[in-house]
This record gives sequence, C-alpha cells and structure tokens, in this order.
Amino acid sequence: MEALESWMPLLTTLGKGALVIAAAVVVSIIFKALLVAVLPGEGAKVMRTAPLTASFGLFIILVYALAGIFAPWIAPYGEAEIVSTSFAPPDENLILGADQLGRDMFSRVIFGARNTVGIALLATSLAFLMGAVAGLIAATRGGWMDQVLGRSADVIMSIPSLIFSLLLLSIFGSSMFVLIIIIAIIYAPRVFRLTRAVAGDVVVMDYIEAARLRGEGLWYLIRKEILPNSKAPLIAEFGLEFCFVFLLIAGLSFLGLGIQPPTADWGSMVRDNATLISFGEITPLIPAAAISLLTVAVNFVVDWMLYRSSGLKE
Amino acid sequence: MTDASEHKDLLLKIRDLRIEGYSDESWVEIVHGINLDLHRGEVLGLIGESGAGKSTIGLAAMGFTRDGCRISGGSVNFDGIELTKQSKRDLRKLRGVRIAYVAQSAAASFNPAHKLIDQHTEAPVHYNVKSRVDSQEDAKELYEKLRLPNPQEIGFRYPHQVSGGQLQRAMTAMAMACRPDLIIFDEPTTALDVTTQIEVLAAIRDIVEQFNTAAIYITHDLAVVAQMADRIKVLLKGDEVEEADTATMLSSPQEEYTKSLWAVRSFRKPQKSRPEASSSEPPVVSVDGVDASYGKLKVLNDVSFDVYRGMTVAVVGESGSGKSTTARCITGLLPPTKGTIRFNGQELPSSYKNRTTDQLRQAQMIYQMADTALNPRIKICDIIGRPAQFYSGLNGAPLKTRVEELLDLIELEPSQYYNRYPPELSGGQKQRIGIARALAAEPSFIICDEVTSALDQLVAEGILKLLDRLQSTLDLAYMFITHDLATVRSIADEVVVMKEGRVVEQGPKDTMFTPPHHDYTDLLLSSVPEMDPNWLTQLLEERGV
Amino acid sequence: MGDVLGIVAKRLGLGLLTLLIISALIFIAVELLPGDIAQAVLGQGATESNLAAKRAELGLNDPAPVRYLRWLGGAVTGDFGVSLVSSESVTEAITPRFKNTLFLALYAAAIAVPIAIGLGVLVALFRNSLFDRVANVLTLTSISSPEFFLGYILILYFSVNTGWFPSIAKVDPDMGMAERLERTFLPALTLVLVVVAHMMRMTRAAIINLLASPYIEMARLKGTPAWKVIVKHALPNSWAPIINVVALNLAYLITGVVLVEVVFVYPGIGQLLVDSVSKRDFPIVQACCLIFAATFILLNLAADIGSILTNPRLRHPK
Repeated sequence: MEALESWMPLLTTLGKGALVIAAAVVVSIIFKALLVAVLPGEGAKVMRTAPLTASFGLFIILVYALAGIFAPWIAPYGEAEIVSTSFAPPDENLILGADQLGRDMFSRVIFGARNTVGIALLATSLAFLMGAVAGLIAATRGGWMDQVLGRSADVIMSIPSLIFSLLLLSIFGSSMFVLIIIIAIIYAPRVFRLTRAVAGDVVVMDYIEAARLRGEGLWYLIRKEILPNSKAPLIAEFGLEFCFVFLLIAGLSFLGLGIQPPTADWGSMVRDNATLISFGEITPLIPAAAISLLTVAVNFVVDWMLYRSSGLKE
Repeated sequence: MTDASEHKDLLLKIRDLRIEGYSDESWVEIVHGINLDLHRGEVLGLIGESGAGKSTIGLAAMGFTRDGCRISGGSVNFDGIELTKQSKRDLRKLRGVRIAYVAQSAAASFNPAHKLIDQHTEAPVHYNVKSRVDSQEDAKELYEKLRLPNPQEIGFRYPHQVSGGQLQRAMTAMAMACRPDLIIFDEPTTALDVTTQIEVLAAIRDIVEQFNTAAIYITHDLAVVAQMADRIKVLLKGDEVEEADTATMLSSPQEEYTKSLWAVRSFRKPQKSRPEASSSEPPVVSVDGVDASYGKLKVLNDVSFDVYRGMTVAVVGESGSGKSTTARCITGLLPPTKGTIRFNGQELPSSYKNRTTDQLRQAQMIYQMADTALNPRIKICDIIGRPAQFYSGLNGAPLKTRVEELLDLIELEPSQYYNRYPPELSGGQKQRIGIARALAAEPSFIICDEVTSALDQLVAEGILKLLDRLQSTLDLAYMFITHDLATVRSIADEVVVMKEGRVVEQGPKDTMFTPPHHDYTDLLLSSVPEMDPNWLTQLLEERGV
Repeated sequence: MGDVLGIVAKRLGLGLLTLLIISALIFIAVELLPGDIAQAVLGQGATESNLAAKRAELGLNDPAPVRYLRWLGGAVTGDFGVSLVSSESVTEAITPRFKNTLFLALYAAAIAVPIAIGLGVLVALFRNSLFDRVANVLTLTSISSPEFFLGYILILYFSVNTGWFPSIAKVDPDMGMAERLERTFLPALTLVLVVVAHMMRMTRAAIINLLASPYIEMARLKGTPAWKVIVKHALPNSWAPIINVVALNLAYLITGVVLVEVVFVYPGIGQLLVDSVSKRDFPIVQACCLIFAATFILLNLAADIGSILTNPRLRHPK
C-alpha cells in the first residue's frame, strides 16, 4: 500500500500528462485545418502536408507572439506591481498565486513573454546580422579574409558559450544592453560558420563561376546569386540559434546574472520561487515550462523545415 | 537460339513487372509491365536513356528495390522460385549465392574499412559455400583470370589503394565468388576512361563465358552493349520498345525510337580549314606555352594551340589530362605560372580579375552540368537578360526584345519560357538556356566544356546541331572540351589530344583520324567502342591480348 | 603511419595554440574592466593611497604582457593566485570542487553514452517508424527544456513527492561510493536526459547518412543479413562520426553542469564560478574559465585525433 502511495503522484501526473497531450493534438488538428482554410494557395498546400508537431509549434509561437505584443492588455496587473503577500496561494484574483514579493505570477508570466523572448530575439537578430554577413563575404571572397574570419570564429567557439558569457558578464555587469551585445558576439561565430558552409556549397556552382567571369561584383553575387539559394537553411538556422540563445539567456537569468529585477523574466522567476518546490508546489515550474514550451515549438517548426528542405532536394 | 532453348534452360522469367516509386507524397508507377526471359549462359543487354528504368528492373531481378520503390505487380521467377513471394531471409541467401550484382562505381561500392579479399570471401563463408581459405585461394585465381596485376597480393589491399579499373574487375571477381547463375552488371564501365574500359569489358566478357554465367548487362552505351550481349532489350520510360538478338537489333531495328538511337552517330559537320597563311588575321584565341599548377602539383606543361574565327577546336583526353584546366587558364580562373593567352593577337591579363569588361565579354563558357550552371532561383529571362544588361546596358523593352530574340535563336518559344525557372526545364532545354546566356554577351569565342556528356544521345545530337548552326550564323570560334570521340568526329575542325597535362598531338580532324597516329592517339582512338559486335574481339586480337 | 602521426602532431599543435589564444583572451577580458581590479575590490569609496597599496600587492603596476606571462606561468604550474574575496589560494579552492564536477560529469556520461548510442542506432534502423517519430518528439522536447526545468521536475517527483532521492546533492570527501552515487543521482539524471537526447539525434543522423552509402547497398545485395550489415559494414566506418558525437556532447555536459550544480546545490566548480562571478572574484573566474575552456578544447582535440586514427584511408596509406 505504501509503495502504491508513493507512486500515486507520479501516476496522477502521467494521467494529467496524457490529457495535456490529447488536448495538444486536438488543438494542432484544429489549428492546421484553420491554416489550410485561411492561407492562400501555396501556403495551404504546404500546410496540408505538415505534420501535427509543426502545426502545434506554429500555434504556440502565435500564442506567445500575441501574449508578448499585447502583454499590458492581457495581464491583470503590472509586472512590478505588489498586489498581495509573498507566496500567496492562487485565488480568483491571482490565478497562479503571488511570487516571493507578492506580485501576480500570471501577469509576470505574460510580461515574461515580452521581455525574455524580446531580448532573445534581439540578441539572435544581432548575432545573425553579424554572422551571416561575415559568412557570405568570407565564402564569396575566399582567400586570407576567409581564413582570418574562420580562425577567429574557431577560437571564440572553443570557449563554451555559458562560460564565456559568465566571464564577460562578470566584467561588464548585467545591463540589458551588455547582455544583448555579449550574446550576439558569442553566437555570431556559430551563424558565421553555418552561413559560410551553406554559401560555400553555393559558391562552387558553375553559375557563380559564370557570374564571376561576367565581371559581377561582390554584392551582386551575394544578393542575387547566393542569398536566394541559401535562404531555406538560414531561416531554419535562425530558429535553431534562437533556441540556443533563448536557453542561454534563461540559464543566465536563472543564475541571477541575466535579465535583472524588477523586469519580469522567466529564468529569474524560477530562481526566485525555487524554494516553493520543496513544499511540493509547482509554481516555479510554470515559467520554466513557458521557456520549454516555446523552445519545443520553435524546434518542431525548424525540424519540419529542415525535413522539407532535405526532402525537396532529392 | 531463343526458340530452341525456351523450355529447358530458362533461368529468369519476369512477367508484367510493375514498380512504383514514391514522389510528391504519392506512389507513381515507373516500370509499366515488363516481360523478360533469360536463359542459362545468356547475356541480355538492357539499354535505354536515363529514366528508362534499367537499374530498377535489374535490381528487381534480384528481388530488390531501393528505398522509396516497391514492386506493385507481376512476377519475377528465378529458376522456379518466385522472388516476389520469398521471405527476406531466403532472398538474402539467393543474393549471396545464386544472383550477384556489379555496381557502377566500384570505388564507392567497396567498403573502405575492409580489404578487398575479405569483402570477396564474405558471402561464400557466410553461406557455407566455401571455407575462408578456399575462398581466398579462389579469389586469387579469379583475380588472375581477370588479368589483375599481382593477383596473389592485390586482394590484401584496401579499396582506396587500387585504381578504378582494377576495382571494377575485383568487383566482378567478388560477384563470381559463389559461381552464381546470374550476374547483374549495372553500367560497370560508365565511370571509366575509354582506355580502361576496354580492359574491363574484355575481362568481364571472358569470365562470363568461361563459367557460362547468365548476365543482365545494363548500359546506355549502344556500342558497349553490342560487344557484351547476345540479345538486346530497348527500354523507354519504363516500357519495352523492342527486343531482338544483337545482330538483328543492330542491323535492322524495327521501332522508330530504336532507329533514332542508332542514327544519332551519323551527324557530321563539314570540316573547315584555317584561313590562308597570307591573310594577316590572328587567331581568336592563342594559347602559348602555358604551364599551370594547383599548389605544388603541376597540371599543365607547355600547352600551345590556336583557335581561329568560325572554327571548332576539340580538346580531347581522358580524365586528369588537363583539358578543363586549360579552359580555366584561358578564362583566367587559374592564372598560368608560365606562358601567355592572347586574344585577337593581344595578350590578356592572366587573372580574370584584371581583365576589362570587354575582354570578359569576348570569351564565354558553356558548362557540362546545366543543373549547376543555371541558378535555380533566377527566372530564365533574368538569366539570359543579365549579360545583355551588364555588357550592353540594355533595359526595359529593348532588353525584353533581346531576350526573346535569344530564345528564338536557341529554338525555345519565348512566350513559354520567358518567365520560368530552370528546375522546370528538361536537361536539353537547360543546356540551351546555357547557350543563350553565352550568346547574350555577343562573344567571339565560346568554351564548351563537355556540354553533351550529361545528356541523352538524342538530346545531345540536337545541341550539337544547334551549336553548329550558331557557329555559321554568328561566326563563332569554339573550344570543345570532350572525352567522347564520337562528338569530336561530328563537330571538330581541328583536334588537340592531351595526356597528363601535355599536348600529345594536334592537327586538322581528317589527318588526326587517319593513320599514322601518335601511340597515345592510336590507343585512344582504337579504344572507342564501335557498333560492330565483333569490334572488341578483333581489337583484342590486334593488340595481341 | 608517418602521415597520420604528422596530421596528429599538427592537430595537437593547433589545439595548444588555440588554448594559448584563449588564455590571452581570458586575461585581456579582465584587463577591459572599467577601472581596475584594485578599484573593483575596494569599491568606489577607496582612497588613492589604499588603491596604490592594493595595486602594489596585486602586482598591477607591471605592464600587461608581464602580468599575463606571470599569470600563465602560474596557471601552467597549477598556481592561479589568490582569491580577491577570501585571500585563499585559488588552486586550493578549485581542486576539490573540480574533482566533484568531474565525478558528476563522468557519472552522467557513463549512463548517457551507451544508452544514447544504442538508442540512436535503433531509431536509425527503424527510421520513419512510429518508434522513430515518438523518439523524435521526446528528444526534441528534452533538448528544448532548460536544465533547471528538468532538474526541478525530478526534484518534485523523485524527492519531494516520493522521497526516493535527496533533493540536495551534498557530498563530502569521506563519503562512500554507494552513498555518493545515490546523493548525486538526480543531478546526474538531469544531465543524462539532456545529453541522451542530443546524442541520440546526432547518432541517428550519422548512421542514416552512412546507410545511404553505395557499399551498404552492395553489402545488402551480397545477401548480408541486416545485423551484419550494421556490425561489419556500417560500424567500422561510423567511428569517426560517433566519436565526434560523444565528444561534442561531453563538451556540452560542461555547460550543463553549471546550471545543474546550482539547482542541486552541488559543491562543484560550476557553482564556484557562478558565485565568483557575482562576487567579482576575478582570479577564480579566470581560473574556472581556463579550466572549462581547456576541457572543451581537449575533448574536441580527442575527437579529431580519434577520427583520424579510425579513418581507414589514413591508416592504410597508398
């Protein structure tokens, strides 16, 4: 009997998990049907063959985007507003209860979608801008420039990204601006390497040789000949990099070194409420789950895109 | 012969074989009800162009389909055993012992991690046909029969330590390891140079005869199949066109399609000769004493030849002879380490980066693989329009007119092709777009790098005729890089023979094709298979093998 | 063999050079500090004379290259200087913690590597089956979850709700092996979950890539049974990709270990690094970074050399 009791929480959780998965499947099916109906010709055709995981991913991304954009209108309270006592349990006003300072958990989760995701997006975009431009130039120009950029990227990449960001943050402090710059610098080499590889495959094509022999300049080659043929893998890579950046920022915030209070942020929310775990409360897991869910969603979509681009080649 | 042996010796009987392939989310039939009979000791040639379903049928004869294919109907009966109904285990045993396969690329089909002889003995040992020691001894004997050098030791090498032609023979030996009743040869010599091909063909033919093995010989090369097969079956897009014994098939094909295949080698353009010595016109392109190297490796050695206006110089040689490298030197992609390239008598800067726009415009290039030569994401009108815009500054309506003119010139209806993308076109159409792009620059000289070798013969013929017509209308000079002597015969005015980075011999086509030749030219010329079924036998006798 | 030795020597040299550049980077990073270390230690209110004394004590008055060489020389001989906060020897603070971290990482790797490679080969064999698709969704979910999420879930179910394992991984040097393994089970399991997912996906990709080779088709056409195709034909050629997958993921463990140590309050080097970053104890931060980076480079180097040594083309030159 005792053994069974100790299994019970696990079993009920598994039961709940099954329910959640069933709900997710239903939502994905409905959302997919909706997209097929709403999107114009080509988009509907693509969606029709999409796996359920992909439509689930798209749905989640859409929900997060809406939550992030309309956060102040959705959230019942402000992100720094103290509305209750610390760790107040959920009631009809505070559907997820209050945090360690008595702020509304639900509102902070909603604002987190704006802050955490927003910063991750900014950092990823900056990393992409630097990495992709450098990668395209390196692949097209070749020679010493390619060598220098490639070696520098190798060096930066041979320091684990979390460790490197910790080092830099310890020196420059954790302002939002510094955080974005540091993460962009750490991730740009990864984007560089991939862009270099993708563009490298295109650069050896005869049509590039033909364009070079015509006397075309660097920007024409990149813009008209190389970029259109590298778009698909680069978009997928953007998704992947976003996941890495997002997880890194969440990790840093969790360590107390990322996004600083009172800004609502999922990583630091987990840290701040972690003590509740020992009382069997799942509250601190909610922001963690929010991180996980978005990353899963992006990964599902990226996985589908990669599958499509590899399948179309054959 | 077929009639006499019909009842007693039938080894393989395929009836109404249908195979489907998976593409665009659905199954599409790619082989439409093929019938095939093969008797013991007989060699059947399966020929057809790409997409005819030759390999698919060959593999189905082993009860095998590649990933993404399935047998959807019909029967494959091997010596009384219905292969489509066998368990995987029984099929494997059949494949190990009684039916063997020889692949196109031996270099890729041997496992790089194991010695040749260990791969050879795998099937016989696994199926208890022979002990390891016996099988090894047998392998050495087979290596000797196949005239591999050093038959006692060669098996103990790794695949990357052995040359392509030798690997192909070692693979034939491996197929023979259990003395199978049937061997499927899937284009075994396609990846080889002509001079190597001869040795492999002779070796395969001997050993198949010696052990009285039945074989299906798959190829796209008529002259090769004429040497190897007793009977020939012609395929087109998964359907049978006709079948007859080799002599009949060569002398009197019945179907239009077969006749057209046979006829393609007849195109000959009239040979032109150089302008009189008295005329002061310099050659359009003059390659003078050019050396070139990739890093430390010297790849060109004192290469010299001239190309005159309105004439075609064919540069021939086997892989690694330096033909394409010469083209790279002329275009300036690989600056020569010594020597000069002159254009209309004027010396060109060695790197394309230092050449003027007009110098770049004058020399254009057409590539072997139209797939990689055209940007798949750019519309036809922009592919052809860009050079016109870039060099002549055309824009708007005049540019459109010019593109339409060019499409007319390459015999593609402008309204149909103007707004399309390269992946929507067939191989031959893409190659025509490649030609139009070269013409758009209004060049005086075009390098054609193996422009027909990736194309089926009929399509290639059309491209050659088009190039010939354009040459006379536009007074173009061509440098025609090829390994295919049939192409040389049909289109060249002058021939340059290259070997290992040097020019071995050069001169007008008719002198080059009449003896006496330089030794290497002779070897090269005599190695090109001819349609005569006795050609290989006679050649081997002449060479005293 | 001479060829192979040459290539290996070249890789080793390159690895060493990278490490040297990184040590310089780590050193320069601290140099970029607004103000200097003395200022950082004593704070804004420090008097000029106090600052000067601190500078002299820390040897900050020498030119940067001299200080770099002194620091590097110390690091090579195992002397990372003294902590700015506690004035203890950095090496003494790091050594026991580094051992703990190594233990945790090896514990996780010992479980994760065989499981991941086994499962990776299986999903590759049954690719596009239901099993493969479910595995795909699960591994994607796992790699999408931050380590602290997995860690807290495990704590909630295996510690708080069931009481099977301790939620805080307290270890001390005199602890027996069995007890140590039990105490560190949850942090190790967290790492295993993440690493297995990564490693499985990479193994699957590597094997599928390999199974498309013509020599695998040839082996099948020779009637070789499926298990033998894998063991005899695919495996000997898959060492290089598998070694790379393992090394890459062990390197990944290094990053994961930092977060997991914080979640489970495990006395490892990652925890120390995080503490030192918030205390701005630069000698310790530098030392930890150097150790992490060196481990990372070493693993990649090992993978490179492993791939070279198992490449039949290089092992049996022409």
